[in-house]
Amino acid sequence: MVLQILFIAIALAGVALFSYNLKKVIRNIRIGRAANRTDQPQKRMMTMVKVALGQTKMFFRPIPAFLHLIVYAGFVIINIEVLEIMIDGIFGTHRVFGGMGALYNFLIASFEILALGVWLGCAIFLVRRNIIKLKRFSGVEMAGWPKSDANYILITEILLMTAFLVMNAADAKLQAMGAAHYTAVGSFPVSQFLMNLLPNTEGALIAIERGCWWFHIIGIFGFLNYLPYSKHFHIMFAFPNTYFSNLEPKGEFSNMQSVTNEVKAMLDPSFTPPEPDGSKFGAKDVNDLTWVNLMNAYTCTECGRCTSVCPANITGKLLSPRKIMMDTRDRLEEVGKNIDKTGNGFDDGKSLIDTYISREEIWACTSCNACTQACPINIDPLSIITELRRYAVMEESQAPASINAMLGNIENNGAPWKYSPADRLNWAKES
Amino acid sequence: MSEQLNFEVPTMAELLAKGEEPEILFWVGCAGSYDERAQKTTRDICKILHHVGMKYAVLGTEESCTGDPAKRAGNEFLFQMQAMTNIEVLNAYNIKKIVTGCPHCFNTIKNEYPGLGGTYEVIHHTQLIQDLINDGKLKAEGGESFKGKKITYHDPCYLGRGNGVYEAPRKALEVLDAQLVEMKRCKSNGLCCGAGGAQMFKEPEKGNKDINIERIEEALETQPQVIAASCPFCMTMLRDGVKLKDQDQNVQVLDIAEITARANGL
Repeated sequence: MVLQILFIAIALAGVALFSYNLKKVIRNIRIGRAANRTDQPQKRMMTMVKVALGQTKMFFRPIPAFLHLIVYAGFVIINIEVLEIMIDGIFGTHRVFGGMGALYNFLIASFEILALGVWLGCAIFLVRRNIIKLKRFSGVEMAGWPKSDANYILITEILLMTAFLVMNAADAKLQAMGAAHYTAVGSFPVSQFLMNLLPNTEGALIAIERGCWWFHIIGIFGFLNYLPYSKHFHIMFAFPNTYFSNLEPKGEFSNMQSVTNEVKAMLDPSFTPPEPDGSKFGAKDVNDLTWVNLMNAYTCTECGRCTSVCPANITGKLLSPRKIMMDTRDRLEEVGKNIDKTGNGFDDGKSLIDTYISREEIWACTSCNACTQACPINIDPLSIITELRRYAVMEESQAPASINAMLGNIENNGAPWKYSPADRLNWAKES
Repeated sequence: MSEQLNFEVPTMAELLAKGEEPEILFWVGCAGSYDERAQKTTRDICKILHHVGMKYAVLGTEESCTGDPAKRAGNEFLFQMQAMTNIEVLNAYNIKKIVTGCPHCFNTIKNEYPGLGGTYEVIHHTQLIQDLINDGKLKAEGGESFKGKKITYHDPCYLGRGNGVYEAPRKALEVLDAQLVEMKRCKSNGLCCGAGGAQMFKEPEKGNKDINIERIEEALETQPQVIAASCPFCMTMLRDGVKLKDQDQNVQVLDIAEITARANGL
């Protein structure tokens, strides 16, 4: 009874803490400007099913895609087992679904095979990151916490799977010994090989079985609460992120309505523009970005597919699209903490541009969309870069000199080069 | 195959004076108008249009920059000024269909003009060529033979990833009976030439290599006789790369329109 109460308390605390942190994250995302991403619900649903659920964009790189699929399937399906654990925990039962007989045996067997798959998948991922040291996982933005974060996630998953399998092994051994409460249910294709490694006394086995059970469930609640601090948040945000992703052609940049009003008023004196809302052109800080940009930042799992295909990054420039997303999230978290403390997040003298993202980075972008194409969950670093450029150019008139010259030429000659508009048709006349 | 055009290029103003309307407007673009190398492509697009007898016109001196480089550089004001002025001209001429000689113009007019009051059917010249081939109006005969030649095609970002046009330019090359070889990074995974996003107009940021060199090395790995392009900016970047690699004697960089014109002896 005490254990049941303890279990319920841990479960409630775990869920409550997570809800509290999630609410803060959602509040932070709502700092962003409006963006209409609720049109075409059917197409959005299809995109989510294909890209997030079906992981179609992952398969551009088959090896990690396959490993990721195993870990993902394992994660989702083994959660059915968590349901049983929850019920057992609350009601003090043991393997409450055992009554399902053959189906139960099939399920437990599947969980075990998947658990082994997850275990191996995570182990290979660790090897790729720490021993093979794939280039994709390095870079200035990956030093320190992001690197540890990735390893913590993988190690935690390995520990959870190990606990699950050892728990089953102990259970199976207890079942074979005819221990009280351990009725013979389940089929253990993987953990049967672990049985011989375990002690033979009933007391020790029960201690191991219970210990693993508690470790597994506390681990899951702990992991849940780790998400808001981790890149691993993508397991949740991948779904809304793909649902609300850009459905227009990638080449299309948004037309700024505030500018349209001003330009219309300039070209047509009879047009009365609506009162400007006082917001700046482009983005200096995270509150000038849209909520989609900010959700993108929380969704990024720092896999580096974007950066590995970025022509600027490949050729040694500072720009890394992954860093753009990580900087946005870091700054947003900082602003969030400022709000918690002072109610106003933006008077700390810092901003997304300059404090986090340098001018050199934003001007190195060729807007080629390789990053948005490569992202397995439709994150869009390019739109953040564009907003920062808009701020630099329209609010500060700060662009590289040659860009200013080009803009001057368009303004004066209607072409980015210094040619006379009168010569525009010369190509048809000369050889 | 003279460089000179042996026919007049009709302008919208001339057509209007005669009370006529063209089937399609050819939007030449700034590079196509002023850049010497791109002018050749422009003339070849006209030759193709003339050859198939399609009624077309250009805006001539009434054309102005679409605003694309201004928009990518972050100057939305200048972009919208250009866009609205152009839209006024296009709408005044009652333009319905446009073919562009540049993927940047194509993307801007097709995707960004509708929201500002300019809605047209917009195609890129490689799509026009594909349509003409599909309709049997254009073949590859009567001119230079590309049979068996090794050709590799470089996808411009604003045509490929930007708008999903991967097949049209390849279709134009397929009819040549040439040997098409793809680069390692092609189609949706294609590598930028380095000129997009207003990079064409500035020096690159500090790095260890220029993007066009990275690209040209990959292109040269396929050991091509021809590198096919379909964007005037890519053309500049690829030609510079080929020259820097001292390969300009062995490898030609040609626009799809030029290849098509040559193959048809235009």
